[in-house]
Amino acid sequence: MLSSLASVVFDGFAYGMLLFLLSVGLSVTLGMMNFVNLAHCSFAMVGGYASVQLAGKLGWPFLATLPVAFIAAAIVSIVLERILYRRLYRASDLDQCLLTIGIVFISIAAFAWFYTTEQQSVQVPEWLKGAQHVGGMTFANYRMFLIVVGLAVTGLLVFFLERTRFGAKVRAAVDNQRMARGLGIDVDRAFMFTFALGGGLAGLGGALSIQIVGLDPTFALGYLVYVLIVVAVGGLGSIGGSFAAAIVLGISDMAGKYYFPWLGAFVIYLVMVALLMWRPAGLFGKR
Amino acid sequence: MANGNVTARASFVQQARWRPIEFVFWACTLLPFVVTPAYLSLASQVAITALFALSLDLILGYAGIVSLGHAAFFGMGAYTAGLIAKHYWTEPLSALCLAGLAAGILGYLTSHIIIRFRHLALIMLTMGFGLLLAEAANSASDLTGGADGLQGFRVPGVLGFKFDMFGRAAYAYALAVLFLCFLVARRVIHSPFGLALRGIRENATRMPAIGAPSRAHLRKAYTIAAVLAGIAGAVLTQTTSTVSLETLSFSRSADVLVILILGGAGRRLYGGIVGAIIYMVARDQFSGANPQYWYFWIGVMLVAVVMFLPNGILGGLSALHKKSQ
Repeated sequence: MLSSLASVVFDGFAYGMLLFLLSVGLSVTLGMMNFVNLAHCSFAMVGGYASVQLAGKLGWPFLATLPVAFIAAAIVSIVLERILYRRLYRASDLDQCLLTIGIVFISIAAFAWFYTTEQQSVQVPEWLKGAQHVGGMTFANYRMFLIVVGLAVTGLLVFFLERTRFGAKVRAAVDNQRMARGLGIDVDRAFMFTFALGGGLAGLGGALSIQIVGLDPTFALGYLVYVLIVVAVGGLGSIGGSFAAAIVLGISDMAGKYYFPWLGAFVIYLVMVALLMWRPAGLFGKR
Repeated sequence: MANGNVTARASFVQQARWRPIEFVFWACTLLPFVVTPAYLSLASQVAITALFALSLDLILGYAGIVSLGHAAFFGMGAYTAGLIAKHYWTEPLSALCLAGLAAGILGYLTSHIIIRFRHLALIMLTMGFGLLLAEAANSASDLTGGADGLQGFRVPGVLGFKFDMFGRAAYAYALAVLFLCFLVARRVIHSPFGLALRGIRENATRMPAIGAPSRAHLRKAYTIAAVLAGIAGAVLTQTTSTVSLETLSFSRSADVLVILILGGAGRRLYGGIVGAIIYMVARDQFSGANPQYWYFWIGVMLVAVVMFLPNGILGGLSALHKKSQ
């Protein structure tokens, strides 16, 4: 009982790390520019397919594809931000939702065209396969790797936002955009970089998630719900909130699947509805 | 002052008047019987979707409530009608009323929560309720048939007309229900209550300040929309003799939103109907080869509508009409 609990927590934590990587960018852009970017998981999918293309078809080592996944998704998000998104910063929530859902649909069809609708997989190095057994409990190597990467990225992100000059500008822009502009901070540029960073992190998450959940073109819609839950529950623009929400969600989803498999995804939706009714602005939301 | 009152009243009455183009439009809905008899089953799908989109128009276009979980009511109506036909009786009209009632009760209960929220929390909560109900229906497979759907019943016909393979009675039934529901919804939006809803949509803080019971109004509108959506679901069940989990799915909620926006929300309730015609016919034509690529075209349509036609097709047409005058 205790060991199964430990495995559930461990697996859920690793899953939560993945959810955090996928959603942190959306949380920051939503909090910063109030832009509801439902196409965020399409960026993750760009990263995932970049990894599949390089590792599967061109024979690169898996770890080398991760930075490329980050960069590819970052570039795509900058291009979309410049061409489409910036025209709608002042539009209503509904218009932003619709535009970005349109992009989700287009990306699903485009990836289905190039890569078919089949599940894709990547070959990971030997040392990431298998698992460690400690006192009757099993810890999969890949999940440990996920946790390490997730914590490292979180550390870097917090350092970047809390300790660098550029991070201070970003925080200022999130807190009060007009005041930040008044102080001479180039909010547009700060936003573009943050957007690219968030898109890139999603791409990284997309590449890392192939081994856990597989990758097919419906990823952009299937994981959107989870990502939105993390953002809405964690509170807009709050990195700590997203982190906490992702971990809570990852563990409760795993626990639900392990202890109450007949309920399906019921538990996770129930947790979301309950949390939102209790705190509509999210766990750590200010507004 | 009195004069101002009279003009406001006159323009209000003027708005509620039937236009000639509306008569032409409804006469055209009879055309499928003679022009395209081979497509009558598609035509009844269009009528059902149009009614579903119309119900969303009541809350989105008039009350300003954005919902990504409207399929919950559609599915509630569909399953209620299916269960009645399977276990009790196959007379469709009474089942239709009960399905509307069931969806309405669900709508009334959830409306107490929904109307307290706005923006992202509102979108997430409506989506959450929709997903919860879909998961519940999936889990309760003894009652709903789970992923296989509810099967093994047949509604033979309505008022003596048989639902056959040509679909004449089915389309007539769907169209009649759509038209009657349209009349009800039209009465609602042109009543003082409908005007109050538009006021709440435009300024949610000022309406309570001038004495309008904002929340009660929103609850009523949400409940009425739920009833209409449930009726649409029931018609689908009765004319196809099957209920699938898809009636409750997130993609159905998203589709109906797309349809309404494509047509134009808040345009005398015609946006959803026009959107449904264009969307369903286009889907029928494009998705023959591979349904995956159909999504590409919906995506392009959505981006184009948001970028170039912010008020939907009807909004674009009326702007064009004004320009030409």
